[in-house]
Amino acid sequence: MSKKLTEEQYRKTFSFRFRQWLDGTKDPYLGEVEMKKQKPFVEDAQTAAHRIQDEKEVEERAYDLEHNAEVRIFNRIYRVFAVAFCIFLVTMLLIGVSDLPTFGDAHNPANNEVAERYIEKGLEETGAVNIVTGMILDYRAFDTLGESHVLFIATCTVLILLRLDRKEDREANEADDRTHEPKNDVILQTVARILFPPIIIFGIYIILAGHLGPGGGFSGGAVIGAGLILYLNAFGFAKTEKFFTAKTYKVMSFAALACYSLAKSYSFYTGANHIESVIPLGTPGAILSSGLILILNICVGVVVAGTMYTFYCMFRKGGH
Amino acid sequence: MTIFFAILLLFLIICAIAASFSKSLLNTILIFMSYSLVMSVIWILLESPDLAITEAAVGAGVTTVLFLVTLKKIHAIIREEQKEEENE
Repeated sequence: MSKKLTEEQYRKTFSFRFRQWLDGTKDPYLGEVEMKKQKPFVEDAQTAAHRIQDEKEVEERAYDLEHNAEVRIFNRIYRVFAVAFCIFLVTMLLIGVSDLPTFGDAHNPANNEVAERYIEKGLEETGAVNIVTGMILDYRAFDTLGESHVLFIATCTVLILLRLDRKEDREANEADDRTHEPKNDVILQTVARILFPPIIIFGIYIILAGHLGPGGGFSGGAVIGAGLILYLNAFGFAKTEKFFTAKTYKVMSFAALACYSLAKSYSFYTGANHIESVIPLGTPGAILSSGLILILNICVGVVVAGTMYTFYCMFRKGGH
Repeated sequence: MTIFFAILLLFLIICAIAASFSKSLLNTILIFMSYSLVMSVIWILLESPDLAITEAAVGAGVTTVLFLVTLKKIHAIIREEQKEEENE
């Protein structure tokens, strides 16, 4: 319950002094400071003429290359130094590259016991036939979680920067959106109608088969995002916003990131405490195998597809 | 196979130089797109199909589209009619 203080009592409290300091009316060195309005800038005709003449003279003298020795010398030294710096940079980089281990050598420091362990025990421990997926979504799943969050934060930043706040602005922009492009282009629409389903199905296949063959959440999500962009280009915002709006994106990416975090927290918890995980690894090669990897792949795919599509939408109809 | 690989690598170098020297921003983006496409073929030859799929989808697809939309936003793509008007 709050009680009302009198003016004098309030002046003694910490919050009052803090407020004063925040407003700038009290300075620890100067004491009380009174805020004054800035005086308007007034210039009489004589000083204005003088100033303009000064500026002109400075410009003329600075660019008068024949009589300005400093500029001439500077230009010459600038060229010499530019060439010298380029040569220096190239030499340093070449020396650096020549010291790198030879490409594809078996005795390179990169080919150490970590890579061996991944190759030898990867299938047994993660259950994923595709070792790359087993690596990024099991051994190094924490990195991938960070990457998904980076994508989400990037989308949030783009939304903050480019989204039009006022509703009238947004409507005016949407009406104006297709002025630069042919409306209802028949070629584009026909091609999109044929290509859109295979692209989406291919993307879903890449995500779902990420632990069996090449692919995974990131590439599949990018393919689905590209398919959505194609659909949007062909048919306009009116049709896509029937099934995908900013709210859909928010819900989907929040659900995906939360699901990823929960799944990974579970496996970290069991791993750190040496508890046997109840999620079966399944037979390698089956679609429902390799424990959590399939779920994590779907989560990453959803986040990436949403991010790509939202980026495009915001770039297209966002503010300037 | 080695010759094929060498041709692809040569194409990459030419693309990289052409992208930085081309005067029009639109051309630069198209060259960058072909660079990504060749890069994804090279990833397959280097036996990393995972990267090839990602490169083709992100590098050649989404990035190019985003660049193009940005160019349109900053009015860097001048249409033919406008160019003719300016010339007249």
